Amino acid sequence: MTGLRIESVSMRFDLPNGSYVQALKDVSLDLAKGELMSVLGPSGCGKTTLLNIVAGFLAPTQGRVVLNGHDVKGPDAERGMVFQQGALFEWMSVRENVEFGPRMKGVPAAQRREGADRLLQITGLGDFKDKAIYELSGGMQQRVALARCLANDPDVILMDEPLGALDALTREKMQGLVLKLWKETGKTIVLITHSVEEALLLGERLLVMAPRPGRIHKEYRLPFAELGVSTDLREVKTHPDFATTREEILSMIWEMEEEIMGRMEDA
Amino acid sequence: MTGLLIVAVYVALFVASMLVVGALTARSRRRDFTSLKTVTFGDESAVRPNRWASVISVIVLFLIWGAFTGSKLVPIHVPGPFVGDTTFTYTARNAAGETDDATVVVRVHAVGAEVDDPAIEEGDGFAKNDATRIGVYRSELMRLGRNDEGGREDGYAVVAIDGQPIGPNGSVRTAHGTMTMNERGGTNFVPDQGLQMQPLYLPSPERVVEALVEVASDGYRNFTLVEHLGWSLIRVLGGFALGALVGIPLGYAMGLSDWFRGWFDPIVEFMRPVPPLALIPLVIIWFGINETGKIVLLFLAALWIMAIGARAGVSGVNITKVHAAYSLGASKWQILRHVIIPNSLPEIFTAARVAMGVCWGTVVAAELVAANVGAGMMITTASKFQQTYVVVMGIILIGVIGFAIDILMRKAEAVLVPWKGRS
Repeated sequence: MTGLRIESVSMRFDLPNGSYVQALKDVSLDLAKGELMSVLGPSGCGKTTLLNIVAGFLAPTQGRVVLNGHDVKGPDAERGMVFQQGALFEWMSVRENVEFGPRMKGVPAAQRREGADRLLQITGLGDFKDKAIYELSGGMQQRVALARCLANDPDVILMDEPLGALDALTREKMQGLVLKLWKETGKTIVLITHSVEEALLLGERLLVMAPRPGRIHKEYRLPFAELGVSTDLREVKTHPDFATTREEILSMIWEMEEEIMGRMEDA
Repeated sequence: MTGLLIVAVYVALFVASMLVVGALTARSRRRDFTSLKTVTFGDESAVRPNRWASVISVIVLFLIWGAFTGSKLVPIHVPGPFVGDTTFTYTARNAAGETDDATVVVRVHAVGAEVDDPAIEEGDGFAKNDATRIGVYRSELMRLGRNDEGGREDGYAVVAIDGQPIGPNGSVRTAHGTMTMNERGGTNFVPDQGLQMQPLYLPSPERVVEALVEVASDGYRNFTLVEHLGWSLIRVLGGFALGALVGIPLGYAMGLSDWFRGWFDPIVEFMRPVPPLALIPLVIIWFGINETGKIVLLFLAALWIMAIGARAGVSGVNITKVHAAYSLGASKWQILRHVIIPNSLPEIFTAARVAMGVCWGTVVAAELVAANVGAGMMITTASKFQQTYVVVMGIILIGVIGFAIDILMRKAEAVLVPWKGRS
């Protein structure tokens, strides 16, 4: 069986003062190959923890993650990561960064060079191959991060607020790029974001999580990602359902935030 | 006295050149972005070193050095010590209560020069004229009554110099010196010493250059100048290389394993604040005064700095880089090789610069204590023989080499870790 399966994952850890944190409680999820899912939620809802468990950086205290029929035990090249920033290797050129994964696997130089060139072309970095990382703008750096992840041909791509550090204009361009890459490569993608709009645009499926304990609150299936592949993203935003869904999710998250504030005031 | 004068002159030149350069360059300000900032006090980026100030600062240092050492390279001098013939008269009173004047001619000459006593006539009266020689910066206890008639009898006394009365514990200024009388009536003449520094305390710039030429061509104490400096450098490089060779892997191990971190933390944290100089006695007891002892000392000086630098380099790695590398399929070994080591290079370079500076200082100090050859041995031996010019020359060379080492390290850093501070 192909696809990503999260089976009743819970995560609980002790604090030095004797109490504990229930970061995740009984999260279950099935993701078919090629699905694009965005995850939203107020801070503290465990979305980054969930991503780290899927990536294999954290072990869940209960439940398991299954990818293509086998259990996830630790980080692996089959699950690529794109981070918000700071994950590129400054001591390597753009091309060397993109070639890193294949090089670690021992792919011959000519072959990985060819693959890197192709990805750099797709991500619009053709003219920046030999630049140093610190010479690129934030948007360019995220393009390199996407290309580097794709160069390894992972089964699942996990994105932890990949566009969070970019300015609004660059962000819009990059959202288009993510959709394009998703459609062209057919990868399964899980994307965490803080922006409701981004979650709507980049989520075939949209997961809203609730905090304390971290759990799935509601799931949507949305047409906007599919729409955005062929249409301009700004036009997608004018879709009548777009505004209503956005308002619905926003008020949902507002309620959660207020509940947290209320609980803090009680304590 | 001279010291305070030097400080005063230095401060005066500082203020004067600031005002003069300020007035001269007021109109020709650059019109770049920084020059348009209105807030500069407190804005570090707006404070750029004034190049005029740097140039004038160096010139002023040499001017003052030359002016206070009588250098021929400098046009202005503070008054130097008196050299030449000077005379004064003294009035003596004999046992009978009569008084008579006599003249003393003093020839002040460079020390070591062949000079004769000035020729004089005895003169009339019971007090006879005197003549004597005094080396520059020296003084002479004069027995003025030595050749006087009745000069050895009780009741004979010198009562005035140049017509001014003098008594025990008194003194009189003459044309080019000072005559003082001690409690028992003994007279001591000190020629004017001026305000310049004695070469024993500070040689003139040209004397230092001369010393450099001398030592460079003839060597010093059985070794050439290149050998003295070269041996110091070799010791530094050897000690530093060993320290880095052990310290860097130790630092990595401490950054990567909790057992290593726990085991070596107390040792490193204890040894770090111990100045290497404090280890010299123990190292000499253990390893003797030969090369082994010096290399061990420098090894210990570099070891902890390099270990702490490497540890900081590993701790400083951004966890997302490591996570990204694992997700790209890298093994632990590959992550060490391709992520952790390159990522720690900036920290290691910073530590290496510090360690080289400490080693350079430590080697000179170790050579001061015991060595047959080396920059420190050269200056400490020279000081024992009062060859201040060799001492000053050695200090300048030690400074130049230390500075050159740091510049080289910085250049290497810019080439090898261009991403430093830019991520």
